[in-house]
Parts: sequence; C-alpha cells; structure tokens
Amino acid sequence: MSLVHVTTKVNGDEAEFLCEPRETLLDCLRDRLGLTGSKEGCGTGDCGACSVTIDGRLVSSCLVLGVEAEGKEIRTIEGMSTGEELHPLQRKFIEHAALQCGFCTPGILVAAKALLEKDPDPSEEDIRYWLAGNLCRCTGYDKIIRAVQDAAKEMREAV
Amino acid sequence: MRYHKPASFAQAIDIANTSEGITRFLAGGTDVLVQLRADIVSPDDLIDIKHISGTGEITKTPEGGYDIGIAVSGAEMSEDEALEADWPGLVEAMDLIGSTQVQGRATLVGNLCNGSPAADSVPAMIAAGVTLTVEGPEGAREVKVEDIPAGPGKTTLGKGEMVTKVHVPARGENGGDAYLRFIPRTEMDIAVVGCGINLRLEGDTITEARVALGAVAPVAALVPEAAEILIGSTLDEATLEALGKAAEAACNPITDKRGTIEFRTEVAGVLAKRVAKIAYARAKGEAK
Repeated sequence: MSLVHVTTKVNGDEAEFLCEPRETLLDCLRDRLGLTGSKEGCGTGDCGACSVTIDGRLVSSCLVLGVEAEGKEIRTIEGMSTGEELHPLQRKFIEHAALQCGFCTPGILVAAKALLEKDPDPSEEDIRYWLAGNLCRCTGYDKIIRAVQDAAKEMREAV
Repeated sequence: MRYHKPASFAQAIDIANTSEGITRFLAGGTDVLVQLRADIVSPDDLIDIKHISGTGEITKTPEGGYDIGIAVSGAEMSEDEALEADWPGLVEAMDLIGSTQVQGRATLVGNLCNGSPAADSVPAMIAAGVTLTVEGPEGAREVKVEDIPAGPGKTTLGKGEMVTKVHVPARGENGGDAYLRFIPRTEMDIAVVGCGINLRLEGDTITEARVALGAVAPVAALVPEAAEILIGSTLDEATLEALGKAAEAACNPITDKRGTIEFRTEVAGVLAKRVAKIAYARAKGEAK
C-alpha cells in the first residue's frame, strides 16, 4: 500500500508525515510525529483522551484520518504551555489535584481550553456538558470541574 | 483502501459508481471511521466529500428556508443563531448526538445514511419536513428524509447515489418544533425512544402537524394518525391522551439491553405528549 504525503501545521509549526490512508490522526501524531501526549483510550470517539483541535474545532483525533489533516491547523496538548510556563488550566489542575493516573488529563485540558476560548465564563453545568465526552475513571470529576472554574476565573481577571 | 478527495459531486458520484468494491462517503467520519477501525466495514474506496464547494455552508434561501451543506457539523448548526431560532427542535436533536468532540464532526446526512433507527436527527428532520437533493449516475432528484431509511443500516440510495444538499423549509409564522429522546443516562447515549413534532397554529388552534418517532421501529417514521389528532385541537388534555395512544399504536419496537418492547411503547406515548407541549409553546412564542 502506498503511503500518502501529508503537510499540516501542528502547534504552529509546519509538519509533514507519510501515512496509510486508514491511519487515524491520533496514530499519526503519536507514531509518525512523536507527539505522544494525546492518548488512545477507546479508539471509538467515546472517551475524549485523544482530544485535539483542528482549525480551532475540538475533535477526537481517533475519529479523524491522518490524511484529513492536509492543510489544517492542529493543536495538541504539547502546544499548551509556553515553554516552561504552564497554561493556567495546567497549573490549576495541579493545584486542585484534578488528576490521578493522568491518562485522561491531556484530552481534558485540550477540551477545557477550547471551552474557555469559546466562553470565558461558563457555568458549572456548561463545563459538565462540554466535558461529558472526556471520561475519567479516577477523580470523580469534581476536582476537574473546580480546576476549570478556578482557571477560568484567573484568566478572566488577567484580561 | 483508496482515499479520494473529489472536487465536485460529479467526480464523487463517478468514483462511487465505478468502484467495484465497498464505497463509503466520508464527511465527519463519526460512524464510518468507527466501523472502519473495528473492521465492521472496510471500504475499498473512501470518498472524502469535504473538499466539494458548498458542503461546509449553511445558506438562507430566498424563501426563508435553509440549505445545509452535507459536511456541516452539529457544532456549526448549534452556532447558527438564525437556524436555531427558526428550527430549535432540529438543532436540539442534532446537538444531542455524542460529545462536544463528536459534535465537531458529525453531520445530519451521516446520521441519516448510517441507517440507525435510533438516529436522533432523523425524527426531527422528518417532523420539520426536511427534503434532500440526491444526485447519482442517472441525475438528480428531490427526496423526503422519511424516504431514505430502509431498515437498520440500510438506505434507499442506489449505487453511486449520494445526498448532495439538505433543504430545511421556511419556518413561516406561528410554527414551532421540538425533539426529545429517552436515554437511561443524562448524556452520551443512544435513544431508546426519540420523538420529533412540528406544529403550526392559528390563534390557539393547531392547523398543521407532523409527528415522527425514532427507535421504536426498523426505521424512523412519520406518524400521520398522531398528526391528525393534533390538527384542529388546542392541545387540551383529551387531545394529549389521544396523541399518546396514537404514538403507542405506531410502535413496532424490539427488546434489547436498553429497553423492552413494553417500555419503549409506553415511553413513546409519554414523549409524544411532552414534545407536543414544547412545540406548541414555541409556536405560540412562549418558549425558546
């Protein structure tokens, strides 16, 4: 099977890879580009651990083909901090202990960031519905919600 | 598997029509890619239709309706304030499908052509009177949404045929639509019963009605007997009771892990009554 050449942008940088047509974007990010922050939990779009944004739109990268990334702008967890400086959401997740095993955390952070870009002041209900597609088997979600609320507050006050 | 990116519907149709193997059209991929990865359906030709001009756009027609491109996602529909104001039932039905991540990709036509009897957007589209342009090797035709499903996983589309546009009618005056489904959870589940209703009033009296049920028969379908009960009424208690009975009578469900025949039938009646009340309040301008 011949491989397809894909040119895309990942976290602001030009990126190129060769992939089979049936390879998912998640597999391309992890295995072709070495960006292993996005996780495969279910592979069927149910768990959200592979969340990334494509042209600003939150998607599950396991339900996108690598070839579909051609000409798009992808953002992953690896692009969230600015160098050593953590994004407020990342900092608040640590402060609130909003993670235990951490497997779901990259997806939740990417999803929460997409929410706050759309709505800087979401209600608790808004956050819970937005993150309903991000499954966490450890925390019970409450600490995650508190961390997102606290980060949103800090980000609003910083503006 | 060959991956195609046609620049026109004519090219897409030609690829599908001349393929000797299994073809699938790819828009959001939220069903197609799950089936592909699980080796349930392994297409020989995967035709990505997102590069065809107009597939990503919602446009208002001169008549006041909406033409929705076949690659428009649920998230884009929810963000279109005019569409949501005119057809809240259709938009809320689409919005119920999957997570935020799924909403970023899932499409109306994908939901329809996947052929699930429980597809949330389908009863809402049927109730709203949505029509489709279907193009194929023999030319183009206009088809009602209710004429597409042919059974679980099956559609009436022929070889090489594809839906190329979704036409939502003009809302017009004093109209309202609504959709509800029952699921055992609060989010992220498949309808055990779904019901879409679209009404038009003159004063307090219902003059036009369309009732559609999903997940209670091999295909989502219009229930004209239920609509007839609504027309001419002011949605009083007796009408609601009769509507519930008509919805129950229209059911031909299966028993599975999410609901028994008896449960689905009873819930269909309950939902029809609730949905009619919401659609009625929206038609009166008393609810959003």
